[in-house]
Amino acid sequence: MVIKLDKVDVVVVGTGWAGGVVSAELSKAGYKVVALERGKNVTREDYIGVKDELRYTDRYEMMQNLASETITSRNYIDETALPVRTRKEVMVGTDLGGGSVHWAGATYRWKPYDFEIRSKTIERYGEKKIPADMTIQDWGITYDEMEPYYDRWEKTAGISGEPDPIGDMRSSDYPNPPMKSSPAVNLFMETTKKMGYHPYRVPSGNLSQPYTNPDGEKMNQCMFCSFCSHYGCDFGAKSDPLVTVLPTAMKTGNFEARTGAYVRRVLYNDGKATGVLYTDVMTGEEFEQPADVVVLAAFTFTNNRLLLLSKIGQPYDPKTRTGVIGRNFNAQFNITFLGARGYFKDKKFNYYMGAGALGATLSDFAGDNFDHSNVDFINGGGIELRQYGDGAIATNHVPKGTPGWGEEFKKNSVYYANRSLVVWYTMATMSYWHNFLDLDPMYTDSFNDPLLRVTYKYTDQDRNMAKFGIEKSREIMEAMGADIVDEDEVPEEFDHIYDGMHYAGGVIMGTDPATSAVNNYLQMWDVNNLFVVGASAFPQFAGHHPTATVGALAYRASEGIVNYLKNGGQLVKGEQKSHSI
Amino acid sequence: MADKSTGTNEKSGMSRRTFIKNSGLVAGGLVGGGLFGGLLTNQFQKKPELAAFSDEKISGGLQEARVFINRAEDFKILSAATERLFPKDDVGPGAIELGVPYFIDKQLAGEWGMNAKEYMKGPFITNIQAAGNHNNSGNQDSQGPNAATQVPTPTPRYQSILNRGEIFTLGLRRIDQVSQEDFGARFVDLAPEKQDEVLRMFEEDKVELKGVGSSNFFYMLLQVTIEGAYADPVYGGNKDMMGWKMKEYPGPRMSYLDTIEAEEFIVMEPESLRNYQGH
Ligand SMILES: Cc1cc2nc3c(=O)[nH]c(=O)nc-3n(C[C@H](O)[C@H](O)[C@H](O)COP(=O)(O)OP(=O)(O)OC[C@H]3O[C@@H](n4cnc5c(N)ncnc54)[C@H](O)[C@@H]3O)c2cc1C
Ligand code: SF4
Repeated sequence: MVIKLDKVDVVVVGTGWAGGVVSAELSKAGYKVVALERGKNVTREDYIGVKDELRYTDRYEMMQNLASETITSRNYIDETALPVRTRKEVMVGTDLGGGSVHWAGATYRWKPYDFEIRSKTIERYGEKKIPADMTIQDWGITYDEMEPYYDRWEKTAGISGEPDPIGDMRSSDYPNPPMKSSPAVNLFMETTKKMGYHPYRVPSGNLSQPYTNPDGEKMNQCMFCSFCSHYGCDFGAKSDPLVTVLPTAMKTGNFEARTGAYVRRVLYNDGKATGVLYTDVMTGEEFEQPADVVVLAAFTFTNNRLLLLSKIGQPYDPKTRTGVIGRNFNAQFNITFLGARGYFKDKKFNYYMGAGALGATLSDFAGDNFDHSNVDFINGGGIELRQYGDGAIATNHVPKGTPGWGEEFKKNSVYYANRSLVVWYTMATMSYWHNFLDLDPMYTDSFNDPLLRVTYKYTDQDRNMAKFGIEKSREIMEAMGADIVDEDEVPEEFDHIYDGMHYAGGVIMGTDPATSAVNNYLQMWDVNNLFVVGASAFPQFAGHHPTATVGALAYRASEGIVNYLKNGGQLVKGEQKSHSI
Repeated sequence: MADKSTGTNEKSGMSRRTFIKNSGLVAGGLVGGGLFGGLLTNQFQKKPELAAFSDEKISGGLQEARVFINRAEDFKILSAATERLFPKDDVGPGAIELGVPYFIDKQLAGEWGMNAKEYMKGPFITNIQAAGNHNNSGNQDSQGPNAATQVPTPTPRYQSILNRGEIFTLGLRRIDQVSQEDFGARFVDLAPEKQDEVLRMFEEDKVELKGVGSSNFFYMLLQVTIEGAYADPVYGGNKDMMGWKMKEYPGPRMSYLDTIEAEEFIVMEPESLRNYQGH
């Protein structure tokens, strides 16, 4: 029997950056907000004294338990998808704060080009530059319109950084200066400057100094403790929802975060969402939480799956290329983050020290910052050197040609433990009609609901761009003076490894309801009181990390939700365009 | 799964020693009473063949006993295999001295070995090759980021009905079987180069390992061996932080705020989670 609860103004599914920002903004505006989180209730105390590489990096302590639910994966439409069974193969956030707690903190705005990619590409290179199979589209919002939301999110998060010398308009500086540097980061900065590029420090959610954000939340200075990516911060020095937006929401008295609440359906009647159905994971009881507005902020996979399970919106059908839910699944997988590793015979770096977003980058080969007339791809990516602080288990880098085990492996892996650096290309990925999400016909979760199925393959665009990025990374690594430089190889095909949580799309935003699911307030075209927030809204992936854009969009959505609660209705008028996809 | 007892020992005349060491016979049900069992244990105590069994000099020795692997033979195969993957040399201690076999045994007894947090619902693809699926053409890890430096997981990745504990039991016994069939001796009695050859056969998928694929097992073994060498000593490996000392890795530290900018390389005496938590 389903227990029906009292109605609230807004129910939010998920408590990461997306759900956290919406919860804070709506509860600050005076609305009653309940956020439902499938994972545990955690606080900073849960992360104090747990600097344990085996448990967190290798056994994925903070990631979703897959025993009850995972995704299935295949490359081609005529294949049987197989479940992605282990946490080594798929990382998804869970627990209060979600994946936004174990993120590393590298924080990038996306470019004007990214938001209007289709028109700008056609404008500069002509329509032919876009391959027929590629389904990239404009977001229905411009960078100039996004800028205030980026600005707000950066201030909330206390981002520490310096402006990109060839970057775009900013209404204000980062709220905090860049973090301290290190010799390896300096080497990258100096070398690339000499090469004529425009390096700058990676803007970070690891705070360079103590900071109080506009909501009054205090954060500490980063200790460069090295246990950052895959971990919660010991010190409250990494910007995450647990130290920012969730306490802000809590303080209003209008907010409740309910953990152990696994949402299984959006309830829907007559063109309106009426609430959500969830199961208490401790008792097994089923609850209905009615609300005036339903916000899905449960990350790409769940956002898509809940809509498909709830039969809301038209599912994308690759055969007819119609429908919207699941369309344009896009992501940064292993083909992204390829580059070159350099080994220094006589130089040692304190590479066991670091922080999630300690590093330097350049955007000379990002977006449309370089001429694409003579390359066989569009878009690009940042080039980065990051000093996360290497763990002992992870650091077994050996020059190519060294066997993978045995005496020689041991000798080289120990010798090079603090003598190797990597430079990589964080390239963009474009959307294609054949990369999409739907429900799996065979595999189910512990409630016997179908799992989400991913169909994804690499394309020439991906492989060509990766090759280009590897080449640039190698040149930089050579100029940095490495004695041995090993290039990564470009993979032939996608390997069903989902790490790093850079997966997006499926509930994308746009201007045309025929090719997008949500408008530029992330409000569903066909359901006025349903907002779908997060990377699921990206029509394609830019050549940088996603989270600042997730945060900015969450502010945009919050504004829309307030607007809807006051005035009702569809906030944007859809444009029917008759281009085929 | 019944072990196949090989003809090798019988042909060469069964000495008491080979008799006892033949796990096939043990599995066959000869061992019922305590007498034989005691004999067996005695045998190991009198003739320690691997450093793992003599732990007087190593601290924490009392905390070492098998909690997952039942057969001492299996444990000896595991020990010998990890030592080849991560041998003792002039750089520093090898897997056995670091406690890696005990580390692995503990890991197999826990969440990881039981696949407690993995999706283990069927249907399982029983014949991956025939399913024509998932780019079987090779090991895609040779193509991924920093490929040469990662422990690979062959595609189509984990699709086995067996959990890791079961895979290890199967795999270790198969190592021994292959040794006897192809090299005429138990794995632990083979010369190191021959042991490497056996392991390489697993690495290159030249051995049939039912339901898993031998390279899958091999890479799991390699991964967990490296983990055992370098994980916090609280898990039973990286004995006395010797792995970290070798690598000049300091262990978990509160802060590098004062040293992050330092130009020179800083070597610190390592500290463990126990030091870090301070209790
Ligand atoms: C190791 C790692 C490092 C990263 N580093 C960076 C970086 O440096 N820079 C960067 O930009 N990005 C980084 N990311 C990506 C970043 O974590 C994500 O972009 C970000 O966390 C997404 O925020 P979100 O709010 O959309 O999702 P999440 O933070 O994952 O929040 C979603 C929440 O929804 C909950 N949920 C899901 N399904 C349900 C359900 N059915 N019922 C109830 N609750 C549900 C989840 O438990 C989760 O708490 C990293 C990711 C990982 C894994
Ligand atoms: S490196 Fe800095 S931000 Fe990251 S966990 Fe350590 S103190 Fe926190």
